[in-house]
Parts: sequence; C-alpha cells; structure tokens
Amino acid sequence: METFISALTIFVLAVFVGVFVIKRVPPLLHTPLMSGSNAISGITIVGAMISIATPSPVSTIFGFIAVVFATINVVGGFLVTHRMLGMFRKKE
Amino acid sequence: MFSLINILYLVAAVLFIQGLVGLSHPRTAVRGNQMASLGMLIAIIATLFDRNVLGAGARGYMLIAAAITVGALIGAVIALRIKMTAMPQMVALLNGFGGGASVLIAGAALHDAVNPNLQLLVATAASGIIGAVTFWGSLVAFDKLQEFLLPGKPVHFPLQQPLNALLAVLALALAAWIVIDPSSDATYWALVLVASILGVLLTIPIGGADMPVAVALLNSYSGLAGAAAGFVLNNNALIITGSLVGASGIILSQIMCKAMNRSLANVLLGKLGSGSSDGASADETYAGKVKSTSPEEIAMLLDTARRVVIVPGYGLAVSQAQHAVRELATLLESKGTTVEFGIHPVAGRMPGHMNVLLAEADVPYDKLKEIDEINPQFGQVDVVLVIGANDVVNPLANTDPASPIAGMPILEVGNARSVIVMKRSLSPGFAGIPNPLFAADNCLMYFGDGKAAVQALVAAVKEG
Repeated sequence: METFISALTIFVLAVFVGVFVIKRVPPLLHTPLMSGSNAISGITIVGAMISIATPSPVSTIFGFIAVVFATINVVGGFLVTHRMLGMFRKKE
Repeated sequence: MFSLINILYLVAAVLFIQGLVGLSHPRTAVRGNQMASLGMLIAIIATLFDRNVLGAGARGYMLIAAAITVGALIGAVIALRIKMTAMPQMVALLNGFGGGASVLIAGAALHDAVNPNLQLLVATAASGIIGAVTFWGSLVAFDKLQEFLLPGKPVHFPLQQPLNALLAVLALALAAWIVIDPSSDATYWALVLVASILGVLLTIPIGGADMPVAVALLNSYSGLAGAAAGFVLNNNALIITGSLVGASGIILSQIMCKAMNRSLANVLLGKLGSGSSDGASADETYAGKVKSTSPEEIAMLLDTARRVVIVPGYGLAVSQAQHAVRELATLLESKGTTVEFGIHPVAGRMPGHMNVLLAEADVPYDKLKEIDEINPQFGQVDVVLVIGANDVVNPLANTDPASPIAGMPILEVGNARSVIVMKRSLSPGFAGIPNPLFAADNCLMYFGDGKAAVQALVAAVKEG
C-alpha cells in the first residue's frame, strides 16, 4: 500500500507538470510535440528489457517484441521529430 | 546499485520534461529534442545494470541488443523515409507500438509474478485494456489515414453503441477475474482480445477529418498504458513519462474539439454528417451565383494586391502542393506583396499538420498565423487564396445554428476584398454541407487539382 501511494503521488504530480508544460507548446509545433511524445513514451523499453531478462521463455519472447516496439518509438520518434524541427526556420 | 538506477531514471524524467519545455518555441525545440534523447539513452544504459538484467548474463544482453537493433533499424527507416504529408500515419503507428509494448510488458509481469499483490493485478488489467485499445485503435486510424482497407468515412452499423458497451463491461469483468484469480495467463489474454475488438470498433466510426482528435486521443492512451505498465513494475520512469504523454494527448484532443466546437463524445461516436441537416441544398446555395475564374484573371488580381493571405487545407496535403504554394508566395513577395498563411487548428489530419508541410517547403514559421491572430486582419487583406480547404472557411458556422458545424471558429476569409477558392469541384467538405462562401460576391472559384492548379497560377503570375 505504501509503495502504491508513493507511485500514485508521482503519477498525479507528473500529470500536473505535463498539463502546465504542454499548454505552453504553440500550435505551430503540435505535430513535433506528438512525435516527440511518441519518442519519450518509448521509455517502456526499460520495462521491456527487464522482461527479456527474466528466466521464463514466455516472458523473454514478450519482452523481445516489446523492446522492438519501444525502440521503434524511441528511434523513429526522436529522428522524425529532429527532421521536422530542422525545417522550422525564421525569415532569412 | 538499485537506488542509483532510480536516480538515473529521475535524471531521464527531468530531461524529458526539459525536452517538452523546449518545444514551447521553434528556437529551443531542436535542443529540447536532443535533451530528451539524452534522457532516453541514460535510462536505457541504467537499465543494463538492473538486477534482473545482470542476472540474465550474456544471453540476456545479446537478446536485448538484437531487439534494439531490429527496432532501431525499423524506426530509422520509417523516420527518414516518411513523407511530411504522411506524418499523421506515422504518429498513429507509433501510438500503436507504444500501446502494444505495454500490453506485452504487463503480460510478462503477470506470467512471472509469484503471489502478485493488488496493485500489480489492477495495473496489469489496466495496461492490457488500454494498451490493446491503443494498439488496435491506432492500426485502424493508420489504415483510415492511408485509406488502405477501410474508408476514411465513418463506419456505422446497427447496435454499434450497445455492442461497444457490452465489450467494455466484458473487459472490466475479465479485469475483475484477473484480480480475484491471477493463476491463469489465459484470463489476461482473453481480456486483451476483448479490448482489441473494442479498440477496432471504437475507431471505425471516426471520420477522416476527425482524425486529429482520434490520433491525439490515442497518443494520450499510449501514455496512460505506459503509466499503467509503470504501476505494474513499480517503475517511476514509466509512471512519470506515461503521465506526461497522457496529459499531452488529452490537451491536444481538447484543443482540437474546441476548434470544431464539438464535444469529445460527439467526435468519438462519429456523429458529424450522420444527422439530417435542414440547411439549404447545394443547388439553392450555388445556383447562378458561383463565378469561375482562370489563372490569368487571378494573376491580374494578385498583381495589384498588396497583402495576400493563403489558407491551406487537407487538399494541399493530398496533392503535395506545398512546394508549389511556396514558389507562388516567393514570387509574390519578390513583387513587393506581403504574403502570410492563415492556419486553422483542425486543417489537415493531425494537430499542426499544415505547419509542418509549409515548414518543409521552407515557408518561414513567422508567416504562419493562428486563427485568432489573422481573423481580425482579413478586412485589410486584398486577396485570400483558399487552397484545398472547405469547412474551416464555411460562414454557415457563424450564421446557421442548425448546421453541423454551428459555432465552429472559422477563418473569416469573406471579409477580405477578394477570395479565390482553389478546389477540384463544388463538392462538400467533410461536414457534407454546401459552402455559401463559394457563392459570395467577392468570391471566385478556380477549379483544378491542387498542385497543377497552383503551378498554372505560378506560370500566369510570372508572365503577367
């Protein structure tokens, strides 16, 4: 119960941080915001790596596929965001 | 070691937040993205020293390296190859992978758990439901955007809502079963199956032009599924990041709904266009009042214009006309005309779609004006060029309270001296209603295919 409450605390506070930070992103950058948030949601790679490492073969297989998915998010997300942001420039 | 890893996760989370803060301005955005990627690298390296990962030895590291290589290759190829017009599809796909990863992580955790506690079980069920809905919902959204198998139009069938409600109840019942008796993995996979069907059925009624909302909402779900997986593993990095992404998606969906003056429920149920509209028919609206024009005539109008505003819509993306439009803008500017762009928040198929396309074509971002900034200024604009947009410039939103787009904020292009609408035909937009703007005294229709039509116009302006 103790760990649950502290996890819940972190969750709720992070939602508030998210709301305040995201509200400052201008509509101009809403597409990079979405691809960038796809990239950081690839943090599930951390959980997936731990699943790979468990002794049971079933979990290893799930973990393997999950690492592939999450890495697509991380690499694809950050790269495409970088590509897009490079296009936004001010008048010369 | 364990606490050091958690401190590194905290560092990663702070870098993610810094990355999102950087997105508040194009100047700082690239650096923000780099900080967030650094955070991810730190989190991945820290996890290599996790107790379980160390325990798995060389076999574990090799499998992790193999999976990361496969994923990185796929991700890099998609990211470098994808056309900017197809960004909505890419984001939809990435949302789906995020949801899929959470389903698998929770499934693995449940499989391995010895005497699982209540938190793990509830979070596993939540992860399974939200993750599966996200995965399949995103695949359907991807398919609709690509117009591959399913039509972009809303798909309705009898008893759709009762069926969805039944599936939702069934998923919750399976969730309760997992909590009461976690001994069998089969219950979890039954739950994932039910949630998968629900994900498909929830997304098929959403129409093409409502995709910005659906994609934003699925983005939020993928975050929430990740946060749920964080509760399963008691991993703060997942919880923090999941809630940031969850918040981001929700805010974007709200902004999109507000920009259409519709409720989230109305969008999700695919209600627009299915209701009967008592408004004037297309024939009544257009009969004898629509004036068609030619590139030469437009070139003459543009020649005397001092201020021009271009309003792009989804049609611009479909015909890949952004580079031709940029050429036109540069040409006009070289003659001393001021050219700006008026961007409606829901123009295109995802939030910010038009901005990215125009940025790709080298239009400086300070020329891209938001609706609130440009609307009061249309009175001083000589010529507005509407390219492939329809509903977002339809004055019925302001004048007809019975119209399906009533109350939607529109770009008030009719206030300009002249309006030129480039469109293939008089066919209605997504809302399925005629647009009285096309019949207005100061409006000329320039019929043609987006890109070719703009190129013809560029040629005419060059000659003139």
